[in-house]
Order: sequence, then C-alpha cells, then structure tokens
Amino acid sequence: MDNQSDAPHALIQVVDLTKIFYMGENEVHALDRVNFIVQKGEMLAIMGPSGSGKSTLMSIIGCLDVPTSGSYILDGLPVEKMNDTQLADVRSKKIGFVFQQFNLLARTSALENVLLPLSYTNKNRRAARDKAMQALELVGLKDRVKHHPNELSGGQQQRVAIARALVNDPAILIADEPTGALDSKTGEEIMGLFQSLHKDIGQTVIMVTHDSFIARHTDRILRLADGHIITDAVNLNPLKAGEARRSDAEM
Amino acid sequence: MLISQNILTALRGLMANKLRSALTILGIVIGVAAVVALMAIGNGATSSITSRIASNGSNMLNIQAGRSQRPVAGAPYTPAYLYYADYESLARTLTDIAGIAPAYQGRFTVTQGINSSSTSVTGVTEDYLKVNNYEIANGRAINANDRTKQNDVALIGATTATDLFPNTPDPVGMEIRINNINFTVIGVLKSKGSTGFTNQDDLVLIPLETGYSRLYCANASQNGQKVLNVIAVSASSADTVDSVSSQITFILRHQHHLKLADADDFRISNQAQLLSTLSGVTSTLTTFLGAIAALSLLVGGIGIMNITLVSVSERTREIGLRKAVGARKDHILFQFLVETMTLSITGGVIGILLGAGIAEVVTLLKLITAQVTFSSVMLSFSFAVAIGLFFGIYPAYRAANLEPMEALRSE
Repeated sequence: MDNQSDAPHALIQVVDLTKIFYMGENEVHALDRVNFIVQKGEMLAIMGPSGSGKSTLMSIIGCLDVPTSGSYILDGLPVEKMNDTQLADVRSKKIGFVFQQFNLLARTSALENVLLPLSYTNKNRRAARDKAMQALELVGLKDRVKHHPNELSGGQQQRVAIARALVNDPAILIADEPTGALDSKTGEEIMGLFQSLHKDIGQTVIMVTHDSFIARHTDRILRLADGHIITDAVNLNPLKAGEARRSDAEM
Repeated sequence: MLISQNILTALRGLMANKLRSALTILGIVIGVAAVVALMAIGNGATSSITSRIASNGSNMLNIQAGRSQRPVAGAPYTPAYLYYADYESLARTLTDIAGIAPAYQGRFTVTQGINSSSTSVTGVTEDYLKVNNYEIANGRAINANDRTKQNDVALIGATTATDLFPNTPDPVGMEIRINNINFTVIGVLKSKGSTGFTNQDDLVLIPLETGYSRLYCANASQNGQKVLNVIAVSASSADTVDSVSSQITFILRHQHHLKLADADDFRISNQAQLLSTLSGVTSTLTTFLGAIAALSLLVGGIGIMNITLVSVSERTREIGLRKAVGARKDHILFQFLVETMTLSITGGVIGILLGAGIAEVVTLLKLITAQVTFSSVMLSFSFAVAIGLFFGIYPAYRAANLEPMEALRSE
C-alpha cells in the first residue's frame, strides 16, 4: 500500500460532507456537514437505521458517488473533484466492496469472479491469476476455485466476494451488511474473517450496518441519524467472532 | 479488458439463453439469407439473359431498311431499300470490323420426299456463319466458289434437318427441293437453342447469288438493283461498336444520296445496346430485391436492440457490481456492444450459409443457375454487422450510464 508517510496516516478525511437529493420540489439532506477521519488500519462500523444516510455515506466513501459539497480526501486524493472515469480508477485501485447479496456472477467460477476486478486493470494474465489464487487462499477457499456460485454455500459465496474485494490490495474494504443474508453461525465466521484480515494484514475495514451486534465486532462505531453523526465512539471491548452469542450481547 | 475475454463472456451469456439468442438472431439470419439468395438468383437470371444475347454476337450490328420517323402527312411515300451495292460499299470502306454478312430472306416450302416444311430460306455470303455465331455440325460451309458458280447447294439448321430427314442421321449429300428446284445439302448447323422469340435452328442457307438468280428473282430487285433484307456487321471488339455504327450511318447516307435534313432510311440495331439495356433492367431488379430483403435486416436489428435492452435491465446488478469493482463506462459499453456484435455476426454467418443453401437448392431444381457473389455476401454481412453495432449502441449506452449504487440495489 502506498503510504505517503510512516506516521499513522489519515486514510480518510471527510470535512463538512453534504449530500442533497432533490425529490421534485423538496431538498433532502441525506448527509449534512459530516466530519470524521479514519486512520489506516482501523476497523470501524457505520451504524444507523434506514434513512439515516449511512448508505449515502458509504457510496461517497466508496467513490460510487460524489458529495454535493464538502471535501473527501482518500489516501491523499481529493475525490470530490473527480469525474466518472477518475472515480472508476480510484474504485479499481483503492476500494474493495462486499455486499449483502454477494453479487457474484452466475455461471462463472470462483476464480474468475475474483479475477473480475483485475480484468479492468492492465495486469498480465499470469500475475492476475496468481494474485486471485492468493486472495482465495486468504479467505480459505483454495480448494473451491473451480466451483460456480450455485455449487457453494452462502458463507463460501461471501468468502469469494471478500477475495474479490481484496484482490486489488484495496486501501479500504467496505462491507455493506455482509452478514445480512447469512445465518448467525455463518455470519460469525464471516465476521471472524474480517477481524483476522484486520489483525493479520492490517486491512482497513468499514462495516456499514444497522445491526448493533455486528457493529460491536469493530473497534469504533459511528452512529448516524438524519444525516448527522450523533456519536463517534471507540468500542473498548469489541466482540470476538465466534465467542459471543447474539443473545448474550443483547442483554 | 481483453477483447477475447469480452467475447468469451458474451458467448457464455448468450449460450446460457440458447432459445432467446436463437430467436434474437432469427431476424438477422432471415435478412442475410434473403439478401444472399435473392441476389444470387437475380445474378443468375441476369447472366442467363446476357449469355443468350451474347450467343448472337454482342458486337453485332444489324442494318435494315426503313425509316424510324413517320413521313410528313401529304408527302409522297417512297419505300426505303437496302441494296447489294450498299453492302459492297460498306465492305470496301468500313474499318474495325471482324466480318460483314449481307442476307436476303424469303419464305418457301422446302420438301424432301413426303416431308415438307415452310422455312425461311436465306441467301448468304461466306461471312454469314461467323458474324451470326453459327457453327457447322456436319459437312462444309458455303464458300466464294458456290457464289460465283451459283451452285444449288444448301446449309440447313438442326431443326430443319430433323424435320426434313427424320430417319436420316446425316443428310449431307442428300437433295432437298425448294420451290421445285433441287438443292444439295452440303452441311448441317449446330443447334443454337431458342431465344424464346424465334427458333434459330429452323433455317436454310443458300449462296446469295444462287438465290437472286433462281429463287427470289424479281422480288429481290427494286429500281433495277438487287436488294437485301439485312446486313449484319460484326465489330472487331465491343469498344469499336459505336464507331462502326457511325461509319455505317455516314456511308449509307452518302450511298442513298440523303440530304442533311433527310432522316435515315435505314435502321441500325445494336446487340450491345440491347444487352446493356436488358442487363441494366435485371440488375436494377436484383438491387431492388436485395433492398427489400435488407429491410428484414433492419427488423432483425430492432429485435437485437429489444433483447439487449431486456438483457441490460435483467443484469442491472451485474453492471452495478462491475462498476463497483472498477469498470469504467467504456468497459460496460464495450461489453454490451461485443454481445450485440456477437449476435449479429453469428446471425450473419448462419444467414450466409442459409442463403447459399437456398441458392444451391434453386440451382439443383434447375429453376435458374443462381450465382452467389462475393460482393452480395460481403454486403449483407457488413450490413448485418453495422446493424448489430447501430442497434447495440443504445442499450449499451443505457447500461454504461447506470448509476452504480442504484444498479446494485435493484432487484
């Protein structure tokens, strides 16, 4: 990863970020002057009920959209000024997405699914293949590379999606309700995978969720409501995946 | 993104929906097949017509007596004639000709034993066979000696030979009676086939001088001169036809003492002109048929656009995902264009094979010798590809401009 200094690096710097949608005559402030910083190597959760603006925030952090006003600096790059092509380039190099519905391509092997992001960069075939194999190994699917999504369990499909997100060595891994379509046991396994990626390779991870149990697996929780950050707190005792049960945590 | 990878992705997508893909390309297949087959049939018809005309000698000019304009009312009617002296003058003066054949034609009853036939008996010179593209099947041609000695000899056409000599395989050396005069058959002509208007194989040829003195007599004499029905001139090549034609006009006007204001009292008909007129008509028809067939290509293109639009909306999430992992607009645009191009190229190839097959069947059924031309194949194929491109652009553009976030959320 291309750090610009050795000191803890402000990977994400969001200043007065505002996003306004226009619904006919009405202005909807999905985000209203949001400020926060994320350091490299953090694992945090962005929480909030639906309509709180967390999805909008995620799409701006993930460079799928640009803010109406305010600034967003990702790894030293002023993203808010970029056009579509430059945004695609940033997504390709700096961002890895994991979605609730996995979004794997059907009739396409796990390996080819992981290769997909590399097909939009100019990596040579052999290097791309090696990279994709490494990513699949990292998520524990070394022996499933030829399988198609319909031959894999939900948890395995989500692992393929995580490998796909990791294959470009992204600066941030953004996970949007990654356990939402999984049973709680498999969900815990996936959360464990995120935690070990965070611990073992220092991957910066941002969870977007409405589920406080999932959020409490991270080190820091940002709560959003009505387009504002209402709390931004360090989680001193993050849950360890597999050791906590939902009922215990919810007491 | 590699092109080969894109094509592979497209093929996989299309193979996954075999029936839908097949129905999508059906329009293109039918369109291309129709263009190829109709053009092949049209070309076959054109060349069969032109080859029949060419068998009469496409460099041939026919001169006949007659005015092309109606005489002014009240003016005395003076019939026009073509004289033997005109032939002599033309033969002496014309340049760039391969042959000149004067002829006088009359209709007589020709008999042999109990068989008789009413046939045209034409007095000719030794150039006649060459200029009119006849060949000898058996025996010999009329020569200069036959003319000077006014020999009673005759060449007969293939049909005449079978009419008069139904049981004799080789009538050379036998006698026939024309107008109660005995003629010796010296040769039989090869069959030329019917033009559809006249049977070119039902004829008797005799030396011109024999005809004048023994058969045509007073009929062939006007104003104290021998007349001719027709003078056939064969130009040395297709390029000299026009110049020979104007030489003839000049010489004949001089021979007939025509004043500047007088109209021609002869007509020159040009096989090459007839040929180009007819082949112009048939090629226009062919193009017209091709254009109608091309309309179905257009309909096929709309079919491709329709299905691709459906495919775009079905795959909205996939497009959103591809964008999320770094695909630029042009990547998505290209992906969908490759799909429509794959469809139209596949349809084009199948259509060409089908069209060539139809042409082959038409030929085998002996309806017409259809000719599949490289140009019609290239034309319809590139038209199909262009249609795939044109009708692919809009759906591909729609796909490329989807908002990634909305696309990912769609069901």
